[in-house]
Amino acid sequence: MSWISNTFSSSIGRKVLVAITGLFLCSFLVVHLIGNFQLFKNDGGAAFNIYSHFMGTNPVIRTLEWVLLLGFVFHIYESYTLAARNRAARAVAYVESRPSQNSPWYSRSMALLGTIILVFLLVHMYNFFYRARFGDLDPDINNNADLYTLVYSSFKQWWYVLLYVAAQVALCYHLIHGFRSAFQTLGLNHRKYTPIIRAIGYAFAVLVCAGFAIMPLYFFFFKPELAH
Amino acid sequence: MAGSNPNAKPMNLTLKVWRQKNRNAEGGIVEYHVKDISPEMSFLEMLDVLNEDLLHKGEDPVAFDHDCREGICGSCNLFINGRAHGPEKGTTTCQLHMRKFNDGDTITIEPWRANAFPVNRDLSVDRSAFDRIIQAGGYVSVNTGGTPDGNEIPIPKPIADRAFEAATCIACGACVAACKNASAMLFVSAKVSQLALLPQGQVERKTRVENMVAQMDKEGFGACTNIGQCAAECPVGISLENIAILNREFISAKATSNNLA
Ligand code: HEM
Ligand code: SF4
Ligand code: FES
Repeated sequence: MSWISNTFSSSIGRKVLVAITGLFLCSFLVVHLIGNFQLFKNDGGAAFNIYSHFMGTNPVIRTLEWVLLLGFVFHIYESYTLAARNRAARAVAYVESRPSQNSPWYSRSMALLGTIILVFLLVHMYNFFYRARFGDLDPDINNNADLYTLVYSSFKQWWYVLLYVAAQVALCYHLIHGFRSAFQTLGLNHRKYTPIIRAIGYAFAVLVCAGFAIMPLYFFFFKPELAH
Repeated sequence: MAGSNPNAKPMNLTLKVWRQKNRNAEGGIVEYHVKDISPEMSFLEMLDVLNEDLLHKGEDPVAFDHDCREGICGSCNLFINGRAHGPEKGTTTCQLHMRKFNDGDTITIEPWRANAFPVNRDLSVDRSAFDRIIQAGGYVSVNTGGTPDGNEIPIPKPIADRAFEAATCIACGACVAACKNASAMLFVSAKVSQLALLPQGQVERKTRVENMVAQMDKEGFGACTNIGQCAAECPVGISLENIAILNREFISAKATSNNLA
């Protein structure tokens, strides 16, 4: 079966893995965003806690969680492997280089943007995912673990809000390049459809990231104190 | 070299040129001044003036590659002021004219930078990695024998035109030089899509793309991340669509070829 490992360790094979996992992660973002809109309900967090209880206990979701983890691991491992290889391909740098005249900065900064997203992910996972799943959250009125209150108190801290918004800006630029790039990597380029894919990718990146960024901003600026 | 335009004022320029004795020597930037450069000269003619000055002073002339000086051979590869083939879009260095610069300018001139293109001397690099990629599969096998009839294999005009578009690649390496990843994908994709389009290319279609990509990786070129710096700097306008075709050809060859290695 060496042809399989040879295929996926070639430069194009690795790119294909980054593209497939990247698009899969995009689908996860949509689900995550829609679910999180429960945060905007004015019910003291009851609906959001029901939703998070469901996500934490449903066997289908729990299985997909492992697929998602695998998606992240492959995306990060393969893209860093490629980035390291690409960096090594030019050992002597130019004395003078003007890449801004032939390409946008974010397309050249995918590994940096990815690293910002990764740092955010680690903080995010520890604070919400780990503490919801393995932590000691108090029960709410429906006897569900009260993740809502944790989200609330986190989003009342300015540095936490700042980290979230910065990460969404990074994710937005990552996706503006990444969305269309994934199609190109998979060989899907056509003069009719590529401009449409570009436009959809742009809209997707802006809408999804704005959607996520609005949550901490809304809590920080507009949400009154919790009535306990 | 007075030029045909009587209003063209001669220019004085400062050049910062990469000098390196041989492949293993340390190189560095050396500053030179050239005077009375006509705006009508090509960039290479300006370098000829510099080299004449250097010869008169008993110094080594600056080594740079050139051959046709009419934009078709792909030898005249210089990284000028931070851009492959200089500031003008869609040109080789020999087709770049000094009227694109101003009197008093400082111009930085470097060789292509990529591990796969080692510097031979000064501004001249070794692009034989490209030759080895072509040898790995960028050809069609033809049986020898009597002269075949020119119209024996009919090729529809639109297909011939698209194949020809890809075939205009002059193997200059500007795509590699401009790419942040020093990737050779645009060059490889031009040859792969040209031959994949033509009936003569079908026999070796799958082995070609597998072997050319393997050789490309082996030579130490980077992987494409679809930034598009290559197509933006390509002197003949090879488009990114070719890279998608290469990806497609590679994926389907890997999935369906009889090659188990
Ligand atoms: C939800 C999170 C993420 C999503 C939706 C996502 C999506 C994508 C997509 C669609 C691509 C384009 C694939 C291609 O060019 O073929 C991509 C590329 C890339 N991603 Fe991500 N990504 C995410 C997180 C990350 C993280 C955490 C890292 C690094 C730690 C990362 C690093 C990269 C790199 C370096 C590339 C560039 C590869 C290339 O341009 O070919 N990404 N990403
Ligand atoms: S694709 Fe364009 S830039 Fe690259 S080698 Fe061919 S002609 Fe030069
Ligand atoms: S010298 Fe031949 S292309 Fe410039």
